[in-house]
Amino acid sequence: MSGTRVGTRELPRAAPTTTRAQRLRPRRNPWRRPVFLEGFTWLYVLWSLAPIAIAVLFSFNNGKSQSVWQGFSMRWYTTDPLNSVLHDPTLHAAVAQTIRLAVLTTVIAIPLGVAFAIGIDRWRGRPAKVANFVMVFSFVIPELIFAVALFFVFNTLFVTVHLGTTAEVLGLVTWNVSWPAIIVRARLVTIGRQYEEAAADLGASRLQAVRRVLLPMLMPAIFASGVLVFSGVIDDFVLVDLLSSTAPTQPMSVIIYSNTHGGNSGPALNALATLMLLVSFVAAGTGFLAYRWMTRGERNSQDEALSTFAGV
Amino acid sequence: MWGRADRSAPVDRDPLRHRAFWAGLSAPGIAWLAVFVLVPFYAVLAVAGGQINEVLGTPVPAWNPLSWGGAAYQGVFGDIVGAGAFLGPVIVRTLVYVAVASTLALLIGYPVAYYVSRFAGKRRGLLLALLLAPFWVSYMMRMLAWIDLLQSDGYVNRVLQGLHIIGSPVNWLGGESATVVLGLVYGYLPYLILVLFAGLDRIDPSLIEAGRDLGLNRARTFVRITLPLSRQSIVTGLLITVLPMIGDYYTNTMLSGTSGTSMIGNVIDGQLQASSLQTQGAVLSLLLLGVLLLPMLYYVIVTNRASVVAS
Repeated sequence: MSGTRVGTRELPRAAPTTTRAQRLRPRRNPWRRPVFLEGFTWLYVLWSLAPIAIAVLFSFNNGKSQSVWQGFSMRWYTTDPLNSVLHDPTLHAAVAQTIRLAVLTTVIAIPLGVAFAIGIDRWRGRPAKVANFVMVFSFVIPELIFAVALFFVFNTLFVTVHLGTTAEVLGLVTWNVSWPAIIVRARLVTIGRQYEEAAADLGASRLQAVRRVLLPMLMPAIFASGVLVFSGVIDDFVLVDLLSSTAPTQPMSVIIYSNTHGGNSGPALNALATLMLLVSFVAAGTGFLAYRWMTRGERNSQDEALSTFAGV
Repeated sequence: MWGRADRSAPVDRDPLRHRAFWAGLSAPGIAWLAVFVLVPFYAVLAVAGGQINEVLGTPVPAWNPLSWGGAAYQGVFGDIVGAGAFLGPVIVRTLVYVAVASTLALLIGYPVAYYVSRFAGKRRGLLLALLLAPFWVSYMMRMLAWIDLLQSDGYVNRVLQGLHIIGSPVNWLGGESATVVLGLVYGYLPYLILVLFAGLDRIDPSLIEAGRDLGLNRARTFVRITLPLSRQSIVTGLLITVLPMIGDYYTNTMLSGTSGTSMIGNVIDGQLQASSLQTQGAVLSLLLLGVLLLPMLYYVIVTNRASVVAS
């Protein structure tokens, strides 16, 4: 895309007919580099990423301060006998809980959402439209309102499900099931129905057509949505904040939040957040590379991979 | 719809069975949505219409719609406009914060998205990756980063003092509106930029070149061609940032933590933590949902139409 644009821009242009005034004051090159925009963009990038880099840096601070550098150390990760992530039982449990929630939610939400997407897309009845509407709607609802609803249902109706890991997983699955549903549906639309029809012509049953033809073609989309759900759960805060109960059911995000009230956090929180960052980046990096590998040979694969992973 | 195969294969002849297969495939998902989306929202209605147990101080939901009472609604209404109205200012503050933050986000985000979509050239991939990077950093960490920077002895104060802009360190985390708005902009801007980028990137460059060939200068090409063509993505991008901003309470708690800056989300969050106030929290969530319903519907319809057009 950008290649053709640059090419067109450099085409020799016909000599324009100019007025006297224009000839006296030479026009600025209309295809000049937008220096201001360029600088502004890089400033934005710096502003958006430098604070994070500094926060990561301070997780290695050899002192209690989050704002004054006191030398490099690993004390907030491993060596501090009381407050490091390794030795503080609360922080330790938070890491485990985050990973537990992410794995459980992904394992439940992906099959649920994929089956939902395929069924809804091929069914095309009124109930399918209503169900799809509910799904998309639950996707755009502010998370707080959604979490309030789940908070009340677990406190008043489904009282056998106490607030805690089960409630968190049920809520997170509901909140994240839209990812596979939306991404897989988008992919289904581009695939069309001809492959299934070919499979049916060759004698495959409907289930076989789905399992042996459709699912392999959907694999990149399923995989991408799996990565999005996984990292979405790691990043999630509002739902787990309202649906968790005691300390061992609180994941990393809730621990960071509840320990920063009034700005009294220590570098151990930075260490915890850095670990979160690491998990997310590993998930995203492997996900992106694997997605590109799966869709190799397709047109625009890099842009598509990027936009799929951004969820737009 | 299955073409020739349907007519030749005897198994597939029954159209009802055909439908039942797809319905069966989506059934678990539909059941899940019913139990965990529709029922919970009914529970909010039931709690809002119910009462508070006077002994235990816990909500007693009214499951029968005929016995829904309006006491909690009246209470909230009194809080908004009544004598001891504490909610009125909170609502105004929420609207002001969100309006300022989303305007700033648009003013910062649009030029960035515009540059990356049209001029980045060789650096396009790198810049896109950098724009996407914040998505993979948890929101909590991004707020934590600013908590570090905004400490009394943090880098922001030190730089401002070094430049002699401020004399003594400012307590940025002690309830400053500016800090909360900064947090909101910083938190939600990446989403806006991405939607704007996707919209701007779809504009056919030959339209812009046509404008230039017809003699428009750079600024006028932008005003007459690019801006109108990106109006839709500005609207959806703003929706995607404004909707979660209105329900945000954590940015506020982390960066300010005082009631002087609290937003509607903070009130709801506080009411949930005191069980005797939970019916009021339910009413407030319903009110918020009611106000946001139209923009949400608009968003769903627009994105739905866009995906139909794309296919």
